[in-house]
Amino acid sequence: MPGQHRNSSPVTSSWSDRLQSNSTLGLESRVFAKQGLQQQAKLHNSVNFLQEWYWQSEDESHSWTLSPYLRWDQRDAERHLLDIRQAFWLTVGSGWELKLGVDQIFWGVTESQHLVDIINQTDFADNIDGESKLGQPMLQFNWFGDFGNLQTFVLPYFRERTLAGLNGRLRLPLLVEQDKAVFASDQEQRHIDWALRYSKQLDQLDIGLSYFSGTSREPGFVPTAQGTLLPYYGQIKQFGLDAQWIVDSWIWKLETIRRSDGQSHYRALTGGFEYSMVGVFDSDFDLGWLMEYQYDSRGMFATTPGQRDLFVGTRLAWNDAAGTELLFGITQDLDDSGSRSGLLEASTRYNNNVRLRLDAWFFQTRSPEQQIWWLRQDDYLQFGIDYYF
Amino acid sequence: MNLLKLKGAATIAVLLFGFTAPVWADAAKGLQIAAERKARDEGWKDSEAKTTMILRNAQGEESTRQIRSIALEVANDGDKGLTIFDEPKDVRGTAFLNHSHTGKPDDQWLYLPALKRVKRIASRNKSGPFMGSEFAYEDLSSFELEKFRFNYLKDETLNGVNTFVVEQVPTDEFSGYSKTLVWVDQQDYKVLKIEFYDKKNSLLKTLLLQDYQQYLGKYWRALKMTMHNHQTGKSTDLLTQDIQFGKGRTDADFDTNALQRSK
Repeated sequence: MPGQHRNSSPVTSSWSDRLQSNSTLGLESRVFAKQGLQQQAKLHNSVNFLQEWYWQSEDESHSWTLSPYLRWDQRDAERHLLDIRQAFWLTVGSGWELKLGVDQIFWGVTESQHLVDIINQTDFADNIDGESKLGQPMLQFNWFGDFGNLQTFVLPYFRERTLAGLNGRLRLPLLVEQDKAVFASDQEQRHIDWALRYSKQLDQLDIGLSYFSGTSREPGFVPTAQGTLLPYYGQIKQFGLDAQWIVDSWIWKLETIRRSDGQSHYRALTGGFEYSMVGVFDSDFDLGWLMEYQYDSRGMFATTPGQRDLFVGTRLAWNDAAGTELLFGITQDLDDSGSRSGLLEASTRYNNNVRLRLDAWFFQTRSPEQQIWWLRQDDYLQFGIDYYF
Repeated sequence: MNLLKLKGAATIAVLLFGFTAPVWADAAKGLQIAAERKARDEGWKDSEAKTTMILRNAQGEESTRQIRSIALEVANDGDKGLTIFDEPKDVRGTAFLNHSHTGKPDDQWLYLPALKRVKRIASRNKSGPFMGSEFAYEDLSSFELEKFRFNYLKDETLNGVNTFVVEQVPTDEFSGYSKTLVWVDQQDYKVLKIEFYDKKNSLLKTLLLQDYQQYLGKYWRALKMTMHNHQTGKSTDLLTQDIQFGKGRTDADFDTNALQRSK
């Protein structure tokens, strides 16, 4: 066939398959070093299933995405979950995008914690690293051009944070009555939140400015006469700034927020760098170093562990056929030398459809004022198998 | 005395001429061949392709990757490319956006589907392997004259085809190579073979480009590229199944919004 005819337009777009269906089945086994503070078991198994359907129109101007997620836990009923991670219609024009439905939005640049990222609720029962998110109903309009990128969100429904239950691990000492959440707003979950983010790339510098007004994704806890806790969701306004600056093999990163709830306000910051070395020691290995300082103006009254802490981590990529990689990091409290936590995330490919994972967390403190005091028995190793089909 | 001086000067001139002039000629001819190679591949505007990568270790065990990519020609700068990974399935949906540049580091972003996160990558060092293969990122970036100093070495017949052999020395100190030797077909200026030399100047890899097809009556593309690593015994085949040109792609298909939408 002469080459000249090879560019004739096909019936369907070959760049993007118009209908895609992807499924992932995951098995996780958490092995805790000790019994829980409330005598919970050492071995916790769970199963999760993620389905993704995607359809795109011939001219690529609009698409539908549907992605349900299911999780079942052997011990903890609060870890059972049926969620819609994504269910949206997206249409794209020249210099704009409009999305209607449920989706997940990530904002930010740092690795050790995600201060600026606020659109989605955290699936905290799934993973305490805060990177697992619940689907958020939204109307999203993006407007972009040489001036930068402006995202506008209207968020009509609020999702409550998932937390470990009575028989679960990595929980608060008192039982949280998760079906009795208290809201600052009379509209409760139907309060309409909104958010903006403007971002711009200036050569090697990326800057993002964001604003959120609505129901706090992070609950407070109200003690009851029965000795339980009720989640309390206040109304907040949050200004955020995120920036990264690329200098050769260095990426300097900063995220900072100012959050107020009407009565008081606080500031928090994560700042540091990621340094990447390619082909270390004459091998194919990539070695990366991460260092991030975490600050919270509330000090010991902070609701997150990073009030004056330093995260130091290393990332190793084998660059082998199995795509083996490892991240290890420690967060050291700078005011309390005996308090630190650490994490390990490692994974390798078994075959074209299967990835094996090893994750671990440890928590060390001798001080009851520390957030992680309640997790001091909860060091664990997690073995995971993900089957993709 | 004067004569002797003159003779001495002439000897120096001859020495200078004899030593340096052919090198200048070689550099000029090298650049001329490279410029012709570049000129013959200008004007393709945009393309899309599906590619299979077969990775082979020293024992001959194979693993396969499937990728889809689109590319946009950029005048007076490096090209833009967007690549979506389909297999292995654990990385499906991961997408890689590259704005290559001449004279400054490329802009690169990775879309991580599990976190729905676009992550910018420090691209200064492009010598690392692409998806665990024998191809480095820099082997796959667009050919730009500013990236090398050229030297024509000789004519050679390669499998019955008359070729120019041109030495390319990377101008980027972060390149993984001390030099590459490129065999350029004298008729169509297709690259038929490349030898890559590591920083210690020993032969690291050989790339063979085969199954050339012509598109739009002008542009030649190798549908089979095989990279052999002589130091590890590993190899990678890059097999392109389907290339299409002129789909009317614009810059908007190569920004971070498009990266986030890519499926």
